[in-house]
Amino acid sequence: MSSATFGARPAGPAVIVKNTPLFTGNDWDFDTIRRIHDACEAIAGPELGLSWYPNQIEIITAEQMLDAYASIGMPLFYKHWSFGKHFAQHEAGYRRGLMGLAYEIVINSDPCISYIMEENTATMQTLVIAHAAFGHNHFFKNNYLFRQWTDAEGILDYLDFAKTFITRCEERYGHNAVEAVLDAAHALMNQGVHRYPRKKRPDLSSEQRRERERHEHQERMYNDLWRTLPAKTQSGKPDPGAERRRALLELPQENILYFLEKAAPRLQPWQREILRIVRHVAQYFYPQRQTKVMNEGCATYNHYRIMTRLSETGQINEAAYLEFLQSHTNVIRQPTYDDRHYGGHNPYAIGFAMMTDIARICTEPTEEDRAWFPDIAGSGDAMEVLRDVWANYRDESFIAQFLSPKLMRQLRLFHVTDDPDKPELRVEAIHDERGYRKLRRAFARQYDVAWLDPDIEVVDVDLEGDRKLILHHKVLNRVLLNKDDAMRVLQHLADLWGYDVLMKEVDTTTGAVLKEHTASARPTFF
Amino acid sequence: MHIIDRRLNPGGKSLANRQRFLRRVRDVAQRAVREAARDKDIKDLGKDGNVTVPVDGVREPKFTRNPSTGINDHILPGNKTYIEGDLIERPPGGGGGGGGSGEGSDGGADGEDTFRFVLTREEFLELFLEDLELPDLAKRRLAVVETATLRRAGYTVSGSPANLALGRTLRNSLSRRIALKRPKSVEMEALADEIRALEESQPDAVVLDELKAELERLRTRSQRIPYVDPIDLRYRRFEPYPRPVAQAVMFCLMDVSGSMTEHMKDLAKRFYILLHIFLTRRYKHVEIVFIRHTDHAKEVDEETFFGSRETGGTLVSSALVEMKRIIAERYNPEDWNIYAAQASDGDNVSSDGATSQDLLRSAILPACQYFAYLEVGDEGGPRAGFVEHRTTLWRTYEPVSKTNSVLAMRKVNHRRDIYPVFRELFARNKAGQEAASP
Repeated sequence: MSSATFGARPAGPAVIVKNTPLFTGNDWDFDTIRRIHDACEAIAGPELGLSWYPNQIEIITAEQMLDAYASIGMPLFYKHWSFGKHFAQHEAGYRRGLMGLAYEIVINSDPCISYIMEENTATMQTLVIAHAAFGHNHFFKNNYLFRQWTDAEGILDYLDFAKTFITRCEERYGHNAVEAVLDAAHALMNQGVHRYPRKKRPDLSSEQRRERERHEHQERMYNDLWRTLPAKTQSGKPDPGAERRRALLELPQENILYFLEKAAPRLQPWQREILRIVRHVAQYFYPQRQTKVMNEGCATYNHYRIMTRLSETGQINEAAYLEFLQSHTNVIRQPTYDDRHYGGHNPYAIGFAMMTDIARICTEPTEEDRAWFPDIAGSGDAMEVLRDVWANYRDESFIAQFLSPKLMRQLRLFHVTDDPDKPELRVEAIHDERGYRKLRRAFARQYDVAWLDPDIEVVDVDLEGDRKLILHHKVLNRVLLNKDDAMRVLQHLADLWGYDVLMKEVDTTTGAVLKEHTASARPTFF
Repeated sequence: MHIIDRRLNPGGKSLANRQRFLRRVRDVAQRAVREAARDKDIKDLGKDGNVTVPVDGVREPKFTRNPSTGINDHILPGNKTYIEGDLIERPPGGGGGGGGSGEGSDGGADGEDTFRFVLTREEFLELFLEDLELPDLAKRRLAVVETATLRRAGYTVSGSPANLALGRTLRNSLSRRIALKRPKSVEMEALADEIRALEESQPDAVVLDELKAELERLRTRSQRIPYVDPIDLRYRRFEPYPRPVAQAVMFCLMDVSGSMTEHMKDLAKRFYILLHIFLTRRYKHVEIVFIRHTDHAKEVDEETFFGSRETGGTLVSSALVEMKRIIAERYNPEDWNIYAAQASDGDNVSSDGATSQDLLRSAILPACQYFAYLEVGDEGGPRAGFVEHRTTLWRTYEPVSKTNSVLAMRKVNHRRDIYPVFRELFARNKAGQEAASP
């Protein structure tokens, strides 16, 4: 696969000016980094038409890279034991040589921060800068999900606020109390995102002020949940009270952390604020989970273009270009399913292959491409199409729209279904005329986070009785939850809620309840 | 664009997270440390330790879908043989269908049963010595007291003239002169001689002028390139170096007469090791004195101490006399924190009792921070704590320990008792409690 993609070199400019190399050998210094950045910029802007947040490049050591790993790559983060655990894990892996370190970590912030490691060679630094400081940076700035959901300007301030807030809580309420809330909140983190856009742009920097205002507002607001006197029982069969109650509590609600923050009866204000912080962090990373292929593809495609051009213009020498090609091919390697090293699809490989393929369709379309992609086939300007793709799609819609028959053939994709009731697996579709659309639809679904994450909703609260919280897991294709983990998470949920919790796993097609889990609150927080 | 160098930022940013993590797995880690103290080879004790934590303790549960239930789709790359509608035999080990396609959110938790990490030496010892405290720490000058002295630490380009490193400076000056091609004085003198000789004979004006100009050029050059330039200067650098004042000496006394079995020596050794780790942790500088005795005592090295076995009578007081002598010679109680641990099977010549008691009371105990008497017994003997059959030495020491809390005594029969007994002896506030109780 790699050789095929490398065959498709982007078209060069009319005049190639031979320049002096930016560096020779492996060594680099700050001046080299600056020259590399400027050289990349000169290609990324005028030629590729990228736009990006201002760059901030930070040079760190391997140990600091491990540090950064441990706190999900963020330069500052609140303290929690699980980050320590991850650090210990990564460190053990790294020391025993089981794991290499990433060459770079890049942060969706304004300015965009890229960490590069001091151990890298000059060529690798060039690759990393092209990849992170221009590729990822362009994607962060332009993709609609990031624009809608993340606040690049405010994130560092917000994390600073979160860190201080949680430290203060630890001082006031003790490590254990804070840890209990964080543990519970982390367990529900994936159920802590809004999947549908809000109307206004997020503004994290004013969160601190809004925190106070929100409490004041809530105190004034009437909430049925706080009622202690039993309401008069309605005689009529349809219970308007129930409807009203559900409306007041904004039910059904799939953002469980949001629901708890607003409605859990027994939480202290600071505990609610911690839930809110975790929820914000989850929301901030939600676009990243939905755009792995596109984000890495965008960065990889652009670094490839930039490095190639640097080589063509003589700004990096042959040795450096070969070194680059070697790491590039490693990064986009996709082992086949029967390979010992197969570990799922490599987002770098898929993304890079698809984007190269789109460029090909724009410039050298075949008849098949014209039939499948009438809008872009032969349009000529590949970068314009790609920029539009990077701005307006996520993995699922990107694959559903742009995975071409040619690429399916090239990757030799096939679709297998596994039904435990049948004795054998069945090949549902392969890369042929009959299979293309089926294959593409099924493949796109593999990248739909909403499809991968279990669909769980808070559906009701038994306010008349014992305040039991009722959740539904909408079961797709009869795939149930992992029981052990589900019970643990449910226990955390019950602890936060303060009363019993009931979770029903409901089959979406038949409406039958396949399984029920219950948990009772322990006196953890109160 | 900014470039920021973060490499000099203090590392260990995740230290606080690690501490939280350790607190979380403290019980497990503590157990691992105790097991290490019991089973590990003595020499390795206190080195980095591997701790295996069952993943349950540090599990981060999430709602995840269980791929072994229901219908699952897999999209896989690299088809070579299949066509639509083919049936494939289920691969062994469940319905994975060739490994997880698509990254399930956090599916990693399933595979791992345990989670291993390495305690640093510091953390190991911290856990090892938790709750242990030296009794009567306040009595003598303590660990915090340090004086700073200076020691050599390379060269620097600035400094006081007194610290000028002449050799280094001249070496720099020489290499600079060679590099800049400063004319050597020998050359110039030779040239001057030549001119003078030429002037005295028939001067050829052209050659003479040339030579004079050459000499002039060399002169200016040698003036422009000084013999010693400020950039050649190097000064000796000194940096303050903390000299430990807090120091401790540990006396290991052991009876090596024929009645001491290898097992008993092993018990004693383990106890000394614990004591040593404990002391090195508390003090910058710890010395060990090994004294073995039969009916006469001698200071020996570690190997002899634990290795040799002799026959003959047993005279405990001889060891005490030797210890007293060494203290007087080398370890002034004003400057040293003195600890002693005596291991014995309890046999002693009965006539020696009074002498030993007297030595303890008058000379040894007043000098000591703590004197632990460890009576080692056979593996099959009674468990620690009770003393049914009281040995000669035990009967000698018992009255002393009743009145003087510096002396503590325990009986140990089995390896597993060593650590508990050690903890008991050095338990925090123990001294305080004993002082309060009578």
